Amino acid sequence: MTDITKEAISPPRSFLSQDAIQVFYRLLAALLICAVLAVLSDSFLSLGNVLNVLRQASLTFFIASGLTLVVLTAGLDLSVGANVALSACLAGTVIHQTGSPVLGILTALVVGGVVGLLNGVMVTALRIPSFIATYGMLWVLNGLTYWYMAGDTIHGFPAGFRQIGSGYLFGLPIPVYLLLIFLAIGTLFAQRSIWGQEIYAIGANPIAARLSGIPVARRLLLVYAVSGTMAGLASIIFLSRLNSAEADIGESLTLPAIAAVLIGGTSLFGGVGTVFGTFVGALILTLVLNGMNLLSVSANWQPLVTGVIVILAVWLDMQTRRRSQ
Amino acid sequence: MREATVVSQPNPLQRIPGVAIVLALLIALFGTIAPGFLSVANLSNVLVQSTILTMLALPMTLIIMTEGLDLSMGAVLTLTSLCVAIVSLATKSMLLGLAVGVLVGAAFGTVNGWLVAILGIPPFVATLGTLGMAQGLSLIVSDGQSVVGIPHSVRDIYSSTLVGVPVPIVMAFVTYAFFHALLYHTRFGTYIFALGGNREALRYAGLSPNRLLIAVYAIGGTMAGVAGLLMTARMNSGHPTAGLGLEFDAIAAVAVGGTSFERGNGWLLGTVLGVIAVGVLRNGLNLISLPSSVQVASVGVLVIVALFLDGIRSRA
Repeated sequence: MTDITKEAISPPRSFLSQDAIQVFYRLLAALLICAVLAVLSDSFLSLGNVLNVLRQASLTFFIASGLTLVVLTAGLDLSVGANVALSACLAGTVIHQTGSPVLGILTALVVGGVVGLLNGVMVTALRIPSFIATYGMLWVLNGLTYWYMAGDTIHGFPAGFRQIGSGYLFGLPIPVYLLLIFLAIGTLFAQRSIWGQEIYAIGANPIAARLSGIPVARRLLLVYAVSGTMAGLASIIFLSRLNSAEADIGESLTLPAIAAVLIGGTSLFGGVGTVFGTFVGALILTLVLNGMNLLSVSANWQPLVTGVIVILAVWLDMQTRRRSQ
Repeated sequence: MREATVVSQPNPLQRIPGVAIVLALLIALFGTIAPGFLSVANLSNVLVQSTILTMLALPMTLIIMTEGLDLSMGAVLTLTSLCVAIVSLATKSMLLGLAVGVLVGAAFGTVNGWLVAILGIPPFVATLGTLGMAQGLSLIVSDGQSVVGIPHSVRDIYSSTLVGVPVPIVMAFVTYAFFHALLYHTRFGTYIFALGGNREALRYAGLSPNRLLIAVYAIGGTMAGVAGLLMTARMNSGHPTAGLGLEFDAIAAVAVGGTSFERGNGWLLGTVLGVIAVGVLRNGLNLISLPSSVQVASVGVLVIVALFLDGIRSRA
């Protein structure tokens, strides 16, 4: 009896918790990949390449961090890539029409957030399973974006705006600073705020969460809206980095974002995982893809490798869960 | 006591209205606003163009009945279509191309089933992973280029007729007959109902749910292989994005056709009507010269509405 009570009242996430150990393993894996790549390729450890990896990882992280919250509630958002494309195209138009980057950034955030909110409404009010609802949204957004762009490219933005994605500050790319800021915000929100803890509770056991008075529907709406807004943010970085907007920029983004979340140790079944883990996941995925690039493996192999990594990550997660039970 | 033992069978009559009304509304709408929609040539065109989707949507129905999903079907179709094109180009043999396509499709289906049944990975993520793999392999085998110059024997499959009926329609009809017999007239079909409705019962009956589940996904992959032949024949080439998003049209057809995503019941004829509804929607929008992007978006809306209605009905 006493054992059971002790287990029940022990704090869920103490220092060096299961989560921390899992993240530690993943950091080791990232270091191992770095070591292997440093041996295999001369240019891997060059400053230019390291900064490139960090910038690339930060792009994946922006999309994946919002997605992490969704996956923590045992949901999934398959529409993030298409959301990035639509937000980028609309923001690009606004910047071109008004000449104001601020209005463009606002547009991207609002469009992304509204799309996320609609996902949330479908999941909560219409009670459609999240992977189907957001999959439907993916095609709706794709259709809208292609229709709106009609094959055009929006090209050339103000120099100041382009600094966001391609500029440097004290020798580090600006997206890396944004990465650190959002990593801190995301970690504080998920691990230290009441809303964050409620999100974990919903993922672990939605019925218990509801019975203990957590407004489940409102938290789910929030989570999907955050995921959409982060996609909007990512679209700004893409826009300013590529200096152009096209309808198809989102197509290769969703699978890597999901891969980053899953490699980072967030469980598809909800309630387990951290935003920091997702950062490490984004880093590992980027290192693998960057390594393939350095070893002159054709980019055609990237979807295949990402697909294998997604499946491996879920399988590993299920193995560790099974062992710990 | 007797009442308690009566199993509430899904009543087909209750479901007929949903998909039939959707189809009737779409036909009435486009019959009014789209010039030439109701012509015999156009309607037979809709049917012929729906054949590839029929071959994906019928196995998708079985997979969804097991509370599963196969997001990889479109990408696997792309890969098998390329296999058909490449092999028939190299060997001048359509049958050899078909054989390789079907084998590759069946292999992917089996891997999907293995990931879902044995490893226990949620279907939508397992098949999202294999989607990436099939997409990658398609790019690798084609090097991102179209495969052209394939033998006429392949193209003729799509354009020739058998006693006045286009061959694709004959193939779709045979496919339907096969799936109808499989689902409603074999033990395997009964087990499929049990896979979604009551998996424990299968285990108590001494059957292996895992092996049945793998078989269901393998059938899906195999059909993607057969449909790959039709796709190559229709385009007279292999293209690395040929099947992009087709799995979504298949899911849409199944959802509109009244198969539930949560209760393990399915209705094959409903799926066929759903396929025709998707075909009519795309064809009608095409006739009033809306671009394919709008068609994609409206299929998305169609799915969300259908699932919303499904949710209401399941709670009613």
